[in-house]
Amino acid sequence: MSKKILMKGNEAAAEAAIIAGCRYYFGYPITPQNEIPEYMSKRLPEVGGTFIQAESETAAINMVFGASASGARSMTSSSSPGISLKQEGISYLAAAQLPCVVIDITRGGPGLGNIAGSQGDYFQATRGGGHGDYRVIVLAPANCQELADLTLKAFDLADEYRMVVMILADGFLGQMSEPVVLPEPTNKVFNKDWAVGIGKKNKVASLILSPEDGLTKHNYVLKEIYDRVEEDVRLYEEYKLDDAEYMLCAYGSSARICKQAVEELRSKGVKVGYFRPISLWPFPYKELKALSVGKKKILTVEMSLGQMIEDVKLAVEGSIPVDFYGIPGGMIPTPEAIEERVLSYE
Amino acid sequence: MSSEEIIYQKATSMSQGETHYCPGCTHGTVHKLIAECLDEINMVDDAIVIAPVGCAVLIYDYFQIDGVEAAHGRAPAVATGVKRVHPDKMVISYQGDGDLLAIGMAETIHAANRGENITVIFVNNAIYGMTGGQMAPTTMVGQKTTTTPSGRQPDDVGLPIRACELLNTLERPVYIERVSCHNSPNILKAKKAIKKALLNQKEGKGYSFVEVLATCPTNWGLSPKKSYDWLEETMIPYYPLGNFRDKEV
Ligand SMILES: Cc1ncc(C[n+]2csc(CCOP(=O)(O)OP(=O)(O)O)c2C)c(N)n1
Ligand code: SF4
Repeated sequence: MSKKILMKGNEAAAEAAIIAGCRYYFGYPITPQNEIPEYMSKRLPEVGGTFIQAESETAAINMVFGASASGARSMTSSSSPGISLKQEGISYLAAAQLPCVVIDITRGGPGLGNIAGSQGDYFQATRGGGHGDYRVIVLAPANCQELADLTLKAFDLADEYRMVVMILADGFLGQMSEPVVLPEPTNKVFNKDWAVGIGKKNKVASLILSPEDGLTKHNYVLKEIYDRVEEDVRLYEEYKLDDAEYMLCAYGSSARICKQAVEELRSKGVKVGYFRPISLWPFPYKELKALSVGKKKILTVEMSLGQMIEDVKLAVEGSIPVDFYGIPGGMIPTPEAIEERVLSYE
Repeated sequence: MSSEEIIYQKATSMSQGETHYCPGCTHGTVHKLIAECLDEINMVDDAIVIAPVGCAVLIYDYFQIDGVEAAHGRAPAVATGVKRVHPDKMVISYQGDGDLLAIGMAETIHAANRGENITVIFVNNAIYGMTGGQMAPTTMVGQKTTTTPSGRQPDDVGLPIRACELLNTLERPVYIERVSCHNSPNILKAKKAIKKALLNQKEGKGYSFVEVLATCPTNWGLSPKKSYDWLEETMIPYYPLGNFRDKEV
């Protein structure tokens, strides 16, 4: 299976989900993620799975809730406005400790915005767009290969921690075609004794009215899991940081552009490298802090008005200045603009 | 001496415990009917109830079967997910009028239109019970609720929605019936309808829907006895009882 195939990001993610053993997909069309439901509608019946085009994103995520409560690997995908509608279900899934994968191929916002890739949904993804004290694991790929690899990984993480795992990729990644080596299945087996339909008379619910501190206790159970995830799942990439004076910090598509800016700046003799968080929650605070020691400045680059920058600042705790360069509304930052900003520090 | 014969006993699918429903509330009656039917059709070990958000949110506590609690109005979507994973299990979506006809209208219509092989039990008590007696989509014209203090005015909020008639415009449902549980003869008829709706699912026939006219004495501000009378006098003329669909498949 180590053959390179030219695939759209969306299709690579969909095929990776099937490789991961996902047999239930529920979704609602929205650009720029339509290739995922379209691919699933064709592929899932071939592997004995179920595809349903739901009546809304709300219905789709609640179908995922039912399938997940039944012990099956299931997923949904959407783009920004649709993810807003899924937040209700995501909160309920988190409360009931049900695993699932949600792929968010983001577009420009707020409102209907536009259909170009954008990174304006970092807050929504990492801070929980739904109600209540809960967390979602958020993974941010920067190319089609990673989109496939992280989707596969997302199913194992979801089952291991009984959590919702979100893949946050912008519309450019979903739409671009790149050579992809499809990942191998991990074949990990998870105990799902808690599911309904397995003869155990189980209840899957999120309402906890009694005893009085029942919900508080449950919140602490969740917290323990979140603490473990924060310990175990901090993913990132560093690039040419050893001797760097400046650190660029970006995720997803912005990070690709930063890589190019690093090369250009290095050819001009400017010592710069980059840090790319791959897990946005949990955010690799420790690693970012450690790698930032001795740097003169961090430039955070985002396709937004500045959202991840808050985590970057939290990571360095005021030890070094953090600057921002970004562009919202579906536009892409140019390597030249990033270079110009870094050169202004010299 | 003739040997003892059991002529009545509690359904084995019911659990022990006290009711949390108000005196005269018919949710308990409907639960009992579902439990008896599950016993009689031998599906106790294979049933999964989807709880609504409403007074019946704790329905799974009353049964010794699997239970999944859905978000408000989403029970048919959750039921769809469960049924697609477990096609051989008996999936029951139990919902109130706010859950089924207001916030969950889209989920209701589309699950019915897909012809999901599930059983939907719709408890129509013409009011929002759990939240303290606000107007429901099924609140009667002129009926006073906490959000229609001078009675439901059609010019302002429209007329009560008839769920069976609405679903009867779709091709895919195989069974649609409206029953009531305000007195014994009607409770017996309600049980027959629920049993049929469950058997349909067992036999793989498709989507079955039973609307049960029900009481909410607490929020109607009536005694249990008076609430049964009000149901008969006010609701039944507007929500005619009977079968709307019984398709042979
Ligand atoms: C999204 C959301 N909106 C509102 C509520 C509050 N709420 C709880 S139950 C309910 C209505 C219940 O009425 P009904 O469905 O008729 O059931 P009943 O209590 O009468 O049996 C509402 C509005 C909620 N839990 N979730
Ligand atoms: S409030 Fe109404 S529906 Fe709820 S338990 Fe009491 S009588 Fe029943």
